[in-house]
Amino acid sequence: MLKVTPDPATLRPEGYQPFPSAPDELLDAEGQVRPVWRRFLAHFLGLPPDEMARHCARGDQYLLDSGVFYRQYSAGQSVERPWPLSHIPVLIEEAEWQTIGEGLIQRANLLEAVMADLYGENRLVSEGHLPPELVAGNPEWLRPLVGVRPRSGHFLHLLAFEIGRGPDGDWWILADRAQAPSGVGFALENRVATTRVYSDIFAGQHVHRLAGFFRTFRDALQNLRHDGESRVAILTPGPLNETYYEHAYIASYLGFTLIQGEDLIVVDGEPMVRTVSGLRPLSVLWRRLDSAYADPLELNPDTRIGTPGLVSALRLGGLTMVNALGSGVLETRALMAFLPKIAPVLLGEKLKMPNIATWWCGGEAERDDVLDAPERMIISPALATGLPFEGAEGGELASNLSPEQLAERLNAAWVAQEAVTLSTTPVLVNGKLTPRPMTLRAFLARTPDGWQVMPGGFARVGAAPEPSAVAMQRGGSAADVWIVSDREVEAVTMVPPTTGPYRRVTPAVLPSRAADNLFWLGRYVERTEGIVRLLRAHNVRLAESGAAAAPLLEALDPLFETFDIDPSVGLPQGFLSTLTSAIGCAGQVRDRLSPDAWSALIDLDKTARRMASRVTVGDDAARALSALLRKLTGFSGLVHENMYRFNAWRFLEIGRRHERAMGMTAILATLADPEAPAGSLDLAVEAGDSVLSHRRRFTFSTTRDTVIDLLGLDQMNPRSIRYQLDGMSEQIARLPGAIANGELSDLSRAMLRCHTDLATRRPEDLDTKALWALRGDIAGLSSLLTEAYMR
Amino acid sequence: MLYDIRLVIRYTFGQPTGAGRQHLRLLPAWLPTQQHIVEETLGVTPAPSERREFLDFFGNRVIEIALAPGQKEVKFEVKAKVHRLVRTDWFDLSPPLVRLPAEIESQKSLGPHAPHHGRTASPRVPMSDAITAYARTAIAGAETVRQAVEALGLALHADMTFDSEATEVDTPPEQAFAGRGGVCQDFAQIMIAGLRGVGIPAGYVSGFLRTIPPPGKPRLEGADAMHAWVRAWCGAEAGWMEYDPTNACLVGLDHIVVAYGRDYGDIAPVAGVLRLGGSQTSKQAVDITALDDDTAD
Repeated sequence: MLKVTPDPATLRPEGYQPFPSAPDELLDAEGQVRPVWRRFLAHFLGLPPDEMARHCARGDQYLLDSGVFYRQYSAGQSVERPWPLSHIPVLIEEAEWQTIGEGLIQRANLLEAVMADLYGENRLVSEGHLPPELVAGNPEWLRPLVGVRPRSGHFLHLLAFEIGRGPDGDWWILADRAQAPSGVGFALENRVATTRVYSDIFAGQHVHRLAGFFRTFRDALQNLRHDGESRVAILTPGPLNETYYEHAYIASYLGFTLIQGEDLIVVDGEPMVRTVSGLRPLSVLWRRLDSAYADPLELNPDTRIGTPGLVSALRLGGLTMVNALGSGVLETRALMAFLPKIAPVLLGEKLKMPNIATWWCGGEAERDDVLDAPERMIISPALATGLPFEGAEGGELASNLSPEQLAERLNAAWVAQEAVTLSTTPVLVNGKLTPRPMTLRAFLARTPDGWQVMPGGFARVGAAPEPSAVAMQRGGSAADVWIVSDREVEAVTMVPPTTGPYRRVTPAVLPSRAADNLFWLGRYVERTEGIVRLLRAHNVRLAESGAAAAPLLEALDPLFETFDIDPSVGLPQGFLSTLTSAIGCAGQVRDRLSPDAWSALIDLDKTARRMASRVTVGDDAARALSALLRKLTGFSGLVHENMYRFNAWRFLEIGRRHERAMGMTAILATLADPEAPAGSLDLAVEAGDSVLSHRRRFTFSTTRDTVIDLLGLDQMNPRSIRYQLDGMSEQIARLPGAIANGELSDLSRAMLRCHTDLATRRPEDLDTKALWALRGDIAGLSSLLTEAYMR
Repeated sequence: MLYDIRLVIRYTFGQPTGAGRQHLRLLPAWLPTQQHIVEETLGVTPAPSERREFLDFFGNRVIEIALAPGQKEVKFEVKAKVHRLVRTDWFDLSPPLVRLPAEIESQKSLGPHAPHHGRTASPRVPMSDAITAYARTAIAGAETVRQAVEALGLALHADMTFDSEATEVDTPPEQAFAGRGGVCQDFAQIMIAGLRGVGIPAGYVSGFLRTIPPPGKPRLEGADAMHAWVRAWCGAEAGWMEYDPTNACLVGLDHIVVAYGRDYGDIAPVAGVLRLGGSQTSKQAVDITALDDDTAD
């Protein structure tokens, strides 16, 4: 295909019209394309529109396939939304980023010093640099942490800054993110998706890679450990958190264990993870939950996601917390009014990069300033910690308030901030480049050699055209940030340079909660499959024989009752609930499932729900169920062919085998009972997906013995009870503590007894009573497993 | 005044407990010019698997314990001899109310006894328009901060009924105030909300009360369990003054201090959950005996 490459010097995106009041990232004041953008723009403008659309679709497909989402709360509901990628990256020159980085590093050092003072000697207050009420009345200043020195010597290890370019072209800090900065994972995902869009040119654009930053941060966290035995973990509030996806993603990217508060227990001042191998020490916790929720004993007593004793562990030096508990106080909006004056006090130098102009309304001179220019002032709560101009505490323009309302806000509880103008950056609107306001999130990680700035980040691009910060709150998109060098950049990967001989690392620990969820994921998925097969058999009979099938179908009723299924509905609620339970478990262990497996499960759920509204009983349902069965086996295949065969997989496998054994014993006890109506045996063979095997093994007709043999006792049939117990025995024997000092654990003992019992039976010994007894024994294994590994 | 203190708190559980961690704020405070500990023990049955002591932000002594799971009954027992000293600063050294804000501002400190901790809402004592309005009326006419504190305390004592059935440990002050009834914790937290509402820094004090009053004096309300009262910051010179709204009196020789905080949540006598499920009952028995009554005021 012929490609037209325009001359970079005369490039001009057609119809691209920046605002006169704000600088633009792409065009300079004279309307010339800035040098950093020229190479990129030449490529971009050389693409026919439909080809560009195809490229964009590649990026979107990547995000969709990886299951990237964020959770949005609106009107009391929380929904997962696809990640809104802007396909045009924001390009920044290496030299300019260097300057930005110097400003951010200085600010990171300032925040560390402020934090040390607020939780230490309180010089800032005693010397009058900070009003005491901003600290004492601040819910983020956590009294139990006062005087607790961080074990690592530092309070802060990862910071994010929301920055924007003001009208004069200089960068400003809009907000400091110190509590539990989010977004590093999204920055990474943006990068991967964006490189898919520009896969053919990315390598030639001299864009700095992100992997080096992550490698350094991962190594820095590893270095904070107290010894080689203890571990680093990421503490998440759980799947309902708006950025849970990111927690799971970053945990699997960096290879850290993802845990929740209930996975932890503090013993003698040392935090331990409850794992299937017992308590395992942990010494570094990268927390993604707000401080107050970390410990119900000393912080918010209502928290249900915390760990009692965590503050105590910090007090005793048993743990390094990234960042230290209480760091949320640094996000206090009113602090911005004081930081410019505090910098010379604590650092001995002035701020290199200014923050957004802020007036604390507790001061008289400040109040006059607000009254002088109300049209430029946004008034919001002084102790708010959210991003400026956003959310419930975003504030209002002073000139929009009535004189009474304004008077009520001119006190210590309020703060005024300049309603800044932001620079614009190009986004694609209807296939055309269009300027939109943007802010940029930059990340800094502490390393043994000081702060390191991520060479990139992510930009938030406003949906509304006007270049005001206020416009950001109306939603928009996220763009990758390219730091562009004049020279080739070094390609970095997460793999450290090899030194010494190859050493295989030991697999990570498996928290008990994760094991529990994997076990139940296995069970629910298998249960779903069992239900689908039974329902399909039911509906096929109904379609074939109509009312004549009634006596036979009644024989299935006890089985449907077991699973709370109403077979008179095409896709019954009980089936959808089981699927929901499976997804709930999968969501809890998302860091351990491949994106493909997760997508397959979500796809199955969506399809089932779509079908449920219109599928009718009989042939229609039978066909729908067949389609669902194929999707379900797709998920099982992805999981069982791809998962590393260690403890995590073992629990999933045990769950699956357990559920299938339970299902099959119930089917045989019901349908192979001598009292069951004619045709029941064939139904059992069909529900057991063994029609072909039965035909091949037993040329003669179906009898109770052939069915019991094939579905109960046959070691070769992957649907038989025996096959499930073989599999369970094998995996249970490999679980930690299966044999201790030569003695079998309670679980191993019960497993062996149950397994041997079945293995020594003949078809005629396995009557209905024996089947029900066997089912009871198998159920008991589940309780023993829970007792041994999930408490 | 020398007191012999005996406190027993006993928890009984319907189901055996899970592993638990508790913070106990049960031991009398060390207060150099006001209260001396002669001897003390805090017994925990069954024996905890961990036990350590630390001072919290407000300087209170905290005993941290960890209990193994599976308990059906847990008992905490305090035995102590405490010398309570007479306070001498009975003159009203507090400033007029209008001068209080400037005096607060002059306190450039975040130390445990700085007034700033008592100025705004705390987790269990949110600001309340209803209580603030009531407090404004109650203190009308008061010239000094101390007069205002006493006026509010007297008003609450007159308008509120001591009623152990009216509230629970988690009842918000505004709700207890609306019902005009409660126990010492409610009296204290309502008064704190009122004082903060009118700009007087206020905090929560837990402690003990002598069980048998001095001869010829009435028995004080709240002596059969741990007690609670209020402290109010009365300016740079007078500092904190303690007032007991349940009994409408300044805190003196009959009160023994255990802990200071912003509200009940900061200094709950037993913090931390033991229960897994099922029922829980607790019984508290306190006996505070005066060993020498000669210094009674």
